Amino acid sequence: MKLHRINALLFRHLYLYKRSVPRLMDIFFWPVVELILWGFISLYLGRFNMNGVNIVTVLLGAIIFWDILSQSQRAVSVAFLEDVWERNLLNIFVSPLTISEFVVATVLLGWVRVMMVGVVMGILASALYHLNIFQFGFSLIPFVMNLLLFGWSAGLFATAIILRYGTAAQVLAFSLLFLVQPLSAVFYPVSILPIGAQWIAMLLPSTHVFEGMRAVIATGKVPYANLGWAFLTNAICLFLSIVYFSHMFARVKEEGRLIKLD
Amino acid sequence: MAILEVHHLVKKFKTDTAVAGISFEIEEGKITGLLGPNGAGKTTTILMLLDVITPTSGTIRMFGKDMRHDREAILSKVNFSSPYVALPSNMRVWENLATFARLYGVRDVKRKIEALADFFEIRALLHKMTSALSTGQLTRLNLTKALLNDPKLLLLDEPTASLDPDIADRTRTLFKRIQKEWNVTILYTSHNMAEVEALCERVIFLQAGKIVDDGKPQELIHKYGHKDLNEVFLSIARNEIT
Repeated sequence: MKLHRINALLFRHLYLYKRSVPRLMDIFFWPVVELILWGFISLYLGRFNMNGVNIVTVLLGAIIFWDILSQSQRAVSVAFLEDVWERNLLNIFVSPLTISEFVVATVLLGWVRVMMVGVVMGILASALYHLNIFQFGFSLIPFVMNLLLFGWSAGLFATAIILRYGTAAQVLAFSLLFLVQPLSAVFYPVSILPIGAQWIAMLLPSTHVFEGMRAVIATGKVPYANLGWAFLTNAICLFLSIVYFSHMFARVKEEGRLIKLD
Repeated sequence: MAILEVHHLVKKFKTDTAVAGISFEIEEGKITGLLGPNGAGKTTTILMLLDVITPTSGTIRMFGKDMRHDREAILSKVNFSSPYVALPSNMRVWENLATFARLYGVRDVKRKIEALADFFEIRALLHKMTSALSTGQLTRLNLTKALLNDPKLLLLDEPTASLDPDIADRTRTLFKRIQKEWNVTILYTSHNMAEVEALCERVIFLQAGKIVDDGKPQELIHKYGHKDLNEVFLSIARNEIT
């Protein structure tokens, strides 16, 4: 793996972000709108007796975590789509770039986006709702890492489907995670779900992350069972998405569709 | 010395055979034309040489190395240009070239881009948006990108298609200069037979995925008793030569 090739792709996308208002909107607009919306909802709900639960922290924490997951996934899939839209895939893949370098570059891009969103949302949450997302110290960091991992898996999976079906499937780049949001127990405990749905929810790393996040907020302690399950399910998801993506990429080359991908 | 060796290369797409077991070698420093009617297998062959289409069978060796085992080493010495493949229009010319220079591991990116920009007379365009460039300027930009890594082998897919006669003529002059000044081997597809006659030292004719003839343009013209390469092409396209 060559660092200069990973750097090249990373710079290629940062050049775009530098001047493109629509791209910056994609990164900041929805997270900020959601933060403001859920902030007011949680302030309202905070007026009711919630058995001592700090509803502002729980809901705003959930929305910030959700945006981290969402940005991480979109960065991977949209970075690939940028080259499809610009008919640039062939230029990229006739270079010595390897598929693993391509994936690592998009994953790093996801990390850059998450950092940007995290900083902006952290400042806004503090300024508007007096919520300090760093008040739990290092307890939440392993959960954030799990969200990044799951976002990358989902991003790779969406990209593999776009490879298979072309841009007809590009809506998945923006919406794939919304399919799992109801089962991920983002805003409510997993116990609210019907029993059958709970079993499916437990297969998702995101469910363990959001359950864990609520436990940290409630007790200040790291729930190691949630963390362990999150890492285990993430390892499986990441492995499966890499295998599926590699298979689809090989198939596209086999069928000669890399140049016709639109 | 052959820098490209293709042996029994086959590409099948489901029931269709695009390339039916072709073998050829390309000598260093020559311009070779890969010719044939639409659907003859030219672009499929070029894309297999670039490892963006996986061959069904056969081997591709460049610089003495096998593409299946030494893809990175081979592609670092090869480049490609086609009017059908765009550089991102939403980036500045400089940004596009810097991206590809980094991708190919160019050491002094700024100096390399400026030297090539002078050669192709696009220095004044470096800070323009790529979307603002004319077709002729885009062709020169694509060629600049294609020379960033000092390729030993340059694959050009219909590089003068959609250019007006003046710009096409200037572009052909550039190919000659690239070959001479950089000692680049060029494999070239085109439907413009006058252009091929003027540029190529050797032509390989493909028809229905097979090589139907191979030689110097003038030799082929005499061999088939035609007055120019265009007539040879027509005979092949209409199956008058077997």
